[in-house]
Amino acid sequence: MKFFSTRAGTWTGFAAAALVLFGLAPLVLSGFRLGLLAQFLCYAIVAVGIGLAWGRGGMLTLGQGVFFGMGAYLMAMHLKMADAEFRGGPGAVPDFMELAGIRELPGYWVPFTSPVFTIAAILLLPTGFAVLLGFAVFKRRVKGAYFAILSQALAGAFAILLIGQQTLGGFNGLSRFRYFFGFNLADPVNQQMLYFIAAGALLVVMAVALQLRRSRYGELLVAVRDGEERVRFLGYDAANIKVVAYAAAALFASIAGAIFVPVVGIISPASIGIIPSIMFILGVAIGGRASLAGPVIGALAVAWAQTALSEQFPSAWTYAQGLLFIAVIALLPGGIASVGALARRLPSKPTAVEAAA
Amino acid sequence: MDLFVGQLFTGLSTGSILLLAALGLSLTFGQMGVINMAHGEFIMAGCYTAYVTQQVVGDAGVSLLIALPIGFLVGGAMGLVLESLLLRRLYHRPLDTLLVTFGVGLVLQQVARDVFGAPAVNVTVPEPLRGGVDLLGTTVPKTRLFIMALAVVAVAAVTLVLRFTPAGRRIRAVVGNRDLAETAGVSSRRVDAGTFFIGSGLAGVAGVALTLIGSTSPTTGQSYLVDAFLVVVAGGMGRIKGAVVAAVALGTFQAVFETYSTASLAKVGVFVVIVVFLQLRPQGLFTLRTRSLA
Repeated sequence: MKFFSTRAGTWTGFAAAALVLFGLAPLVLSGFRLGLLAQFLCYAIVAVGIGLAWGRGGMLTLGQGVFFGMGAYLMAMHLKMADAEFRGGPGAVPDFMELAGIRELPGYWVPFTSPVFTIAAILLLPTGFAVLLGFAVFKRRVKGAYFAILSQALAGAFAILLIGQQTLGGFNGLSRFRYFFGFNLADPVNQQMLYFIAAGALLVVMAVALQLRRSRYGELLVAVRDGEERVRFLGYDAANIKVVAYAAAALFASIAGAIFVPVVGIISPASIGIIPSIMFILGVAIGGRASLAGPVIGALAVAWAQTALSEQFPSAWTYAQGLLFIAVIALLPGGIASVGALARRLPSKPTAVEAAA
Repeated sequence: MDLFVGQLFTGLSTGSILLLAALGLSLTFGQMGVINMAHGEFIMAGCYTAYVTQQVVGDAGVSLLIALPIGFLVGGAMGLVLESLLLRRLYHRPLDTLLVTFGVGLVLQQVARDVFGAPAVNVTVPEPLRGGVDLLGTTVPKTRLFIMALAVVAVAAVTLVLRFTPAGRRIRAVVGNRDLAETAGVSSRRVDAGTFFIGSGLAGVAGVALTLIGSTSPTTGQSYLVDAFLVVVAGGMGRIKGAVVAAVALGTFQAVFETYSTASLAKVGVFVVIVVFLQLRPQGLFTLRTRSLA
């Protein structure tokens, strides 16, 4: 493990990951499984952001579903508009609105005809919202448990808000997308392209997270996590430092949501509320919240286990989820990433994460 | 006038439900700093206690009276087990207690699903509590009045215990300054267990009462939990009176919002109100004055 924390080691790790994702996976996996992997990669992108905000910054954000959902709905709106235009020419309403008896296109849908506007919105809107909320919360030094509960309430409120919006598909959400920026989604080649987009996005997001961690800023972030008052006494504004990590996590989640929509083909309030948001945490905790690759591996493992087990043994899978939460957090707060370090120096002192949390 | 009284009543009613759910949390979260996400499942256990008691006893009125103390014991016992097996090791890691107890909640929900089935079950409302009472021009359901009365009794009981009993004095001592209390001979470990017993027991009582106004399913507790946490956050750590004021205020906000918009917008409205409110008072309505930095 020591090797991977050196500069050369990190790039070796990146190269290996790229080789597996771009070379090996498309060779050995069928189209269906590759689609599943693309979906898992979206969860992994969210996990990188949570690792940054929670693992490095100490902000337990239980509302990443909000930003994931924002990215997903923004993308879905564009895909529905493109779809409507394809079927009924300019000014036509998306199919689900016709079914609901909505003849007039709501004004806020109109700009999403433009792909450029959509992509800009996906990148800027959730990030801007996170910055605003972050300033409101962190400047007033609302932190720790208060912040966790607020972020969770935000996820709950957001899901309930979406359920009430008939012009966004209400409880059923948005589904049945045919084209992705002009590419037919039914074509397996285009599905594979989506997989490559997801894999590429994950690597880029991880590289950004790595740069943030390696920078002076990354040092400050960890310092805020471990002793916010001390950082403040040194003359830094702890709130600004936290807002950056929170906004980055929001941006990552939004990107993941935007890729998730064409890959999976549906987004609904059920996949972004309180429970899905806290489930994002499970993978991060298992993999190791403070490490870079840990959250990714944990998220992939949890998503894979969920797919493999939840259909056949729904009851057992829920027990397993609950017990994993208990066991990992209580006994192994550093996650799998800390196993090597623990083995090396037994009996151990509490790790940095343990002391800080 | 009618509309005003009606809304005031709806607010008080919603507030008293919130308060019942939040009172136990105010003890365990507010006073001990443990974020117990399984609190909702303790409420759910109280609901099922009422259901099972009624299956056994039969008479709705008698079973309600029996179920209230049994619910307290069931919730309290579950809390005691949770505290002694898990939380005792995690007191210095509050955020981690949140995730651990969320896992416990998941397991408990699935247990309920396996034992009682996923579909909701209903408890028969006793004869004397059916129908409504005319009050200042609006009709008020008796079950809601009962829940309000129960909330008042519960708050009074907790306040009296905290203020006038030796056990309550020990709890306040540990909350105020753990180290100093230990130096004075108070066993903080036993006080923690006792506080957790009472807090979780209150969740059980809340669960029994909530069966009067809604059906019970394995996910019943969750629907109350987030709102209950918001009450504690807005009310301020460790302050019973903060929880009371915050619960009534949030209940009224929600009732008024719902009249002028929709239930879904009301939830968002309450969230915005709380974020704005925390701008003014980041530590909640009432705060324990300490010289600590947190």
